[in-house]
Amino acid sequence: MAEIRNYTMNFGPQHPAAHGVLRLILELDGEVIERADPHVGLLHRGTEKLAESKPYNQSIGYMDRLDYVSMMCNEHGYVLAIEKLLGVEAPERAQYIRVMFDEITRILNHLLWLGAHALDVGAMSMFLYAFREREDLMDCYEAVSGARMHATYYRPGGVYRDLPDTMPQYETSKWRNDKEVNKLNEERSGSLLDFIDSFVDRFPSCVDEYETLLTDNRIWKQRTVNIGVVSPERALQLGFTGPMLRGSGVEWDLRRKQPYEVYDKMDFFIPVGVNGDCYDRYLVRIEEMRQSNEIIKQCSEWLRNNKGPVMLDDHKVTPPPRADMKDDMEALIHHFKLFTEGYCLPPSEVYTAIEHPKGEFGVYLVSDGANKPYRLKIRAPGFAHLAGLDEMVKGHMIADVVAVIGTQDIVFGEIDR
Amino acid sequence: MMSYWYAIPELYRDLFVTSVLIVIFLLALMGAVAYVTFAERKIIGYMQVRIGPNRVGPRGWLQPIADALKLLTKEMILPSKSSHFLFRIAPVLSIVPALGAWAVIPLTEGVQFSNINAGLLYVLALTSMGVYGVIVAGWASNSKYALLGALRSAAQIVSYEIAMGFALVGVLIASGSLNLTDIVNAQAGGITHWYWLPLLPLFMVYLISGVAETNRAPFDVAEGESEIVAGFHVEYSGMGFAVFFLAEYANIILISALTALLFMGGWLSPFEGYAALLSIPYVGVHLFEFFSLILKIPFVDVLLGAGPHWFFIKTSFIIFCFLWFRATFPRYRYDQIMRLGWKVLIPVTLVWIFVEGVAIAMQVGPWFD
Repeated sequence: MAEIRNYTMNFGPQHPAAHGVLRLILELDGEVIERADPHVGLLHRGTEKLAESKPYNQSIGYMDRLDYVSMMCNEHGYVLAIEKLLGVEAPERAQYIRVMFDEITRILNHLLWLGAHALDVGAMSMFLYAFREREDLMDCYEAVSGARMHATYYRPGGVYRDLPDTMPQYETSKWRNDKEVNKLNEERSGSLLDFIDSFVDRFPSCVDEYETLLTDNRIWKQRTVNIGVVSPERALQLGFTGPMLRGSGVEWDLRRKQPYEVYDKMDFFIPVGVNGDCYDRYLVRIEEMRQSNEIIKQCSEWLRNNKGPVMLDDHKVTPPPRADMKDDMEALIHHFKLFTEGYCLPPSEVYTAIEHPKGEFGVYLVSDGANKPYRLKIRAPGFAHLAGLDEMVKGHMIADVVAVIGTQDIVFGEIDR
Repeated sequence: MMSYWYAIPELYRDLFVTSVLIVIFLLALMGAVAYVTFAERKIIGYMQVRIGPNRVGPRGWLQPIADALKLLTKEMILPSKSSHFLFRIAPVLSIVPALGAWAVIPLTEGVQFSNINAGLLYVLALTSMGVYGVIVAGWASNSKYALLGALRSAAQIVSYEIAMGFALVGVLIASGSLNLTDIVNAQAGGITHWYWLPLLPLFMVYLISGVAETNRAPFDVAEGESEIVAGFHVEYSGMGFAVFFLAEYANIILISALTALLFMGGWLSPFEGYAALLSIPYVGVHLFEFFSLILKIPFVDVLLGAGPHWFFIKTSFIIFCFLWFRATFPRYRYDQIMRLGWKVLIPVTLVWIFVEGVAIAMQVGPWFD
C-alpha cells in the first residue's frame, strides 16, 4: 500500500495574510489543517537587550516600536514600571491625558485590526474605511508629540507636554486645492480637545457603518461563527488576555480588576462574548471601540475643566523648564545630568501590567541600582495568542487559518520584540 | 483595382473580410477589457473613499495602457520545475474560449459573426472550456498554492456550471430557441416582458453563478488573495499573467453580455411597451403629451428605440454590479461555495423550471400565452 503523507505548506513569511512576518508550517489533509506550526523571530530586534544598555528614559522610544499599532500603550506599561520602582505618581492631569491617549490608541489598534481582519476574510472596503478614521487619530498623536506613530509621549513622571491649543494643518499642494484644504482644516481650527470632541461625536456613527457592512452579513457570519472556538477554561490555561479572553466569556479587564491611573473614575463596561469564536471576538472589539469612545469623552470633559501640571516637579526624573535653565545653574545641571546619565532606580524588581488593546501588556523590570535596567522582560499578549493558534485552527480549512490570524490581532513587533 | 478584388474567389474574399472584422472586433474587445480594469479601479476606489489611479494621463485615463506596456516588457519567468509546455499553453487555453464565445453574441439584430441556431449551446460549451486553462496552469506550475487554486477552481466551476445550465434551460423553455437573436426577440414587449421578471429566481441564480464562473469576489477562492496568494496564476509573470488577466475580464464582459441578452432583452428598448401606458386614464394623456414633446427632439426616437446602445448600457450595468459585489462582500470559504451551489442554487433552478413548465402549460399571461 502506498504511503500517504500529508501535504505540508509553507504559509508566509511573504504572504499577504501573514500580518507581517508570520511563518506558518501547515500540515494539510486536503484543505483541512492537521497541524499549524507558527515560527517566530523574523522581526526580532533585541528590544529587551537594547534597553539594558541605555538610561531608562532613552528606551521609551523602543516601546513604541514593539506593537507598532498601539504605540502609546506600550510606552505606558514601561513608564508605569519605572514610576512604580521610583515610588512616584504622575500628576492627575497627566493621568487623565494618559488614559485618554490609551483609549485613542485602543481605537487606533482596533480599527487596524478590523480593517486587516475584514481584508483577510475578503471584505476589502473595510480596510479603507477604518483607515479613514485612523487618520484623524494619527493627527491627535501628531498634535501632542509631533510624530504620527512613534510618539515617545509618556515619560516617567507625566507626559512630555500639555495638550496643544492648535492642531497641525493641511497645506495646499498640487493634489489638494484650497477648497479641499479648507474643508479638512475646518475641524482642525480649534484646540486638540475640540478636535477630539468632534471625533468622539462622529465616531459612533462610523462604527455603525462598519457594522452595517459586517455584523449581519451572512457571508461574514459564515466565515466567523464557530471558527477558532476557545473555551473559557482553555483560554485561561493558554494565557489569553484582552479581547481573546473576553471573547470566550471571561470578564477580565485590568482597567477594572487592577485599576491604574484614573480608570477607577471612568464609567464604562466590559463587553464579553459567549461562544469564544471569531464572531464573538469581533463583537467584543467593536463594543470596546464604542466604550473607548465614551472614556475619551469623559477624559476630554475633565481635561477641559481642570488645569494643572502634566509633569512632576522632581527634576531628578523630569527635565526642568527650558526658561529656568537660562538663569538657574541648578536647573542647567539637572538637565545635563538627566539627559546624559539619567537617573538610578533602587535595587529591586517590579512587574506592572496594563490593559493593552491586545491584552495584558506586562513589563518586568529588574534594577541593580544603576541608571539602566539590569533586565527588562516584556510580556507581549500576542505571543500567548499565537501559541494557541495550532489549537484554534486544527480541523478547520486554510481559509479559516486566515480568519483566526485576523481574530488574534497579531503584530510581530511585540511577539518577536 | 476593384476588378482584382472580384477576381479572388468568393470564399477567400469572405474569409478575408471576416478575418479583418474579427481582428477589429478583438482589438475593440481588448480595449474594452483594458478600460473595464480601469473602471474597476476607479469605481471601487470611489466606493472606498479614495480616488483610484489619477497619475498616468488626464485623470488616469492612460493607466491601462501603461499597465499593458509594463506587462509586455516584463520577463515571463518559467519556473524550472514546471511543465514548460503546459505552463506556456495554459494562458492560451484560458483566453481562447473567452474570446471565441463572442462569435455568436449579437450586438444588435443581425450584427454578429455567425448566427447559428445552437448559439447558446456553443457559448455554454466554450465557457466550460475556460476552466481547463486554470487547471492546467495550476498543475503545470508545480507550486502548492497554484495546485490548491486549481483544485478549488475545478470543483467550483463544475458545480456552478450545472446551476448555470439549469438557469439557461429556463430561458430555453420560455423562448423555445437556442438562437440568441430569437431569444432576444422572444422578449419583445417592454421591460416587463424581459425574462428577468418571469424567471426572476433563474435570473438571480444565473447572475450568482456568473460571478462564480468568472472567479470574482465573493467567489474568488481560486485566487483568494489572502489565502492562497494568487492561486492558480501565482507563478505567472509578464505576459502570461496579463493573458490570464485579460481572460478574466473578457469573461466578465461575456457573462454580463449574456445576462443582458438572455434576461434583460439585449438590444430591446425598455420604452418599447410605453404605448400601453398611454391607455391609463388621466395619466395617459399627460404621458402622451410628454412623449410627443420629447420625440420632436432630433435623434431621441432613435435613442429610445431598440439598438446596440441599450445592449451596451445593460452590459455595463451588470459589469458595474460585478465590481459592486467585489467592494461589498467578504469571501466565501471553499466548502461554503459548494454548499451554496449544490444545496441552494440547483434546487432553486429545478423548482422554478417546474413552475415555469406549469405556467407554460396553463398559458399564464402575459409571458407564456
